[in-house]
Amino acid sequence: MAKFGLDFLTTSNWDPVSERYGAFTAIYGTLVSSLLALIIAVPLGVGTAVFITENLIPASVRNVLGMMVELLAAIPSVVLGLWAIFVMEPFIRPLLAVLHATLGWLPFFSTTAQGPGMAPAILILVVMILPIITAIARDSLNQVPPELRQAAYGIGATRWGAILQVILPAAISGITGGVMLALGRAMGETMAVTMIIGNSTNFSWSLLAPGNTISAMLASQFGEADGIQVSALMYAAFVLMLLTLVVNMMAQWVVRRLSLQYS
Amino acid sequence: MTSTFTDSSSAAASHSGFERSSLRFNPSLARNRWSFLFTSVAATFAAICVLPLVLVLVYVLIKGGSLISLRLLSELPPAPGLDGGGIGNAIIGTFVVSSIAALIAIPVGVGGGIYLAEYSAGGWFSQFVRFGTDVLSGVPSIICGVFIYGLIVSTRFFFDQSYSAMAGGIALSVLMLPTVIKTTDEALKLVPNELRWGAFGVGASKFVTIVRITLPSAFSPIATGAVLAIARAAGETAPLIFTALFSPFWPEGLFNPIASMSVLIYNFAIMPYEAQISLAWAASFVLVVMILAANLFARWLSRLTST
Repeated sequence: MAKFGLDFLTTSNWDPVSERYGAFTAIYGTLVSSLLALIIAVPLGVGTAVFITENLIPASVRNVLGMMVELLAAIPSVVLGLWAIFVMEPFIRPLLAVLHATLGWLPFFSTTAQGPGMAPAILILVVMILPIITAIARDSLNQVPPELRQAAYGIGATRWGAILQVILPAAISGITGGVMLALGRAMGETMAVTMIIGNSTNFSWSLLAPGNTISAMLASQFGEADGIQVSALMYAAFVLMLLTLVVNMMAQWVVRRLSLQYS
Repeated sequence: MTSTFTDSSSAAASHSGFERSSLRFNPSLARNRWSFLFTSVAATFAAICVLPLVLVLVYVLIKGGSLISLRLLSELPPAPGLDGGGIGNAIIGTFVVSSIAALIAIPVGVGGGIYLAEYSAGGWFSQFVRFGTDVLSGVPSIICGVFIYGLIVSTRFFFDQSYSAMAGGIALSVLMLPTVIKTTDEALKLVPNELRWGAFGVGASKFVTIVRITLPSAFSPIATGAVLAIARAAGETAPLIFTALFSPFWPEGLFNPIASMSVLIYNFAIMPYEAQISLAWAASFVLVVMILAANLFARWLSRLTST
């Protein structure tokens, strides 16, 4: 492990034949895919949580929606991966092609979409972390003391005025904790991502090109690796573990601060 | 209201400082428009959230369900390029590996939960265990696989066998453990103290109190947690790829590589053969039905307590 030094983290040259390893492609892929997935999933998840906690619709519909989101969390990631390969990816490919045609001058869309790649992997990550964000945001919205809501309505706030300016700020630390947990989950997520990301060891800025993440690299290479490649993969696993550990500990710290506030 | 025409009531209203028409809902007001906009945005988001579940379920049920037959459930997968065959060995394998995991994780997890809730006095050790459980629940499943690979597979721990069903089961039990500990701990904390005091009052020892009074009254939340943990473990793939590996044959004991549905889906989905891909869909169908059934069962169990 120590043998590779810090160069391992910054070089993008992964070559089992000449035994030179640099994990920058995978580390970059891990960070970019999970952060972009988070950016898409947070508004969706929090919006859904608001929709199923506030009394916008009858309680029975809300319960069914909540249950469906929880069941989505129960679907194994490998099944989502299968679905992503054969259903989602062919479906979004034309859309990605439009993206490339109109925004191709940006380095992020500089290659054509040709099947597996970073963009479908990000979308499947969104599907996987949505239930986590929704569930935790819903719990923290439910924990907001009813007095706050009543006071807001009492001084004449509209429903959305109360939600946006009183209830969401009161629940923000719980939601932040949930978002951090989801980030940890997204970084460690393996199967669905491995199946759809393309497992390329070449570095590319483009989101439409095949990429790699640490966990996908572990899943696809660990089985047939030997000697020094195992050490390199172990090093990558260590980096991933460190990343998720930091994110999860920050999440717990944020959540603990919430429970001090409202218990 | 116009100034040229006034009736008595509107005159009274304008005297008291507001116009009566302002009491009526006026959809063209800015705040009502914003409200409507936000509500529709939230509704759209909720619809987008539920959409993947519906789509995945529909595809899995249609593509997988149409293939299900007795032959499929009882035969071995075909060699690459051939048609027919089934996923019988993978179904048995998933049951074997999940049972090993459950047999390890449930006693250890429930014991740990009992210690945390009943015996520990909130000292540094229980703080440490709780912290460790939280951290463990956030560890990516693939890291669990790498860890067990290093600990058991590469050292040939069991009778000089490298990949084995046992190693896969242990890797899954590491994943289940935090869930079981946490639900046991929280379920026991919810048991009212009066029950314990009553048991002590009639002369029961601490151990008898826990076994005869506290655990039975916390049974259904603990069982719910255990069922959910098993359901999650059954669908996990990442820890099994390089611990239990895969095998195209019938299971040959606990210390040999074993097939499982999740690894079968992963392996077959990336193969270029039509027969394998349809087997992957069929395995997804069986897996999803099993896991959803387990989840609904857990829901029913937890409703048992609340009534």
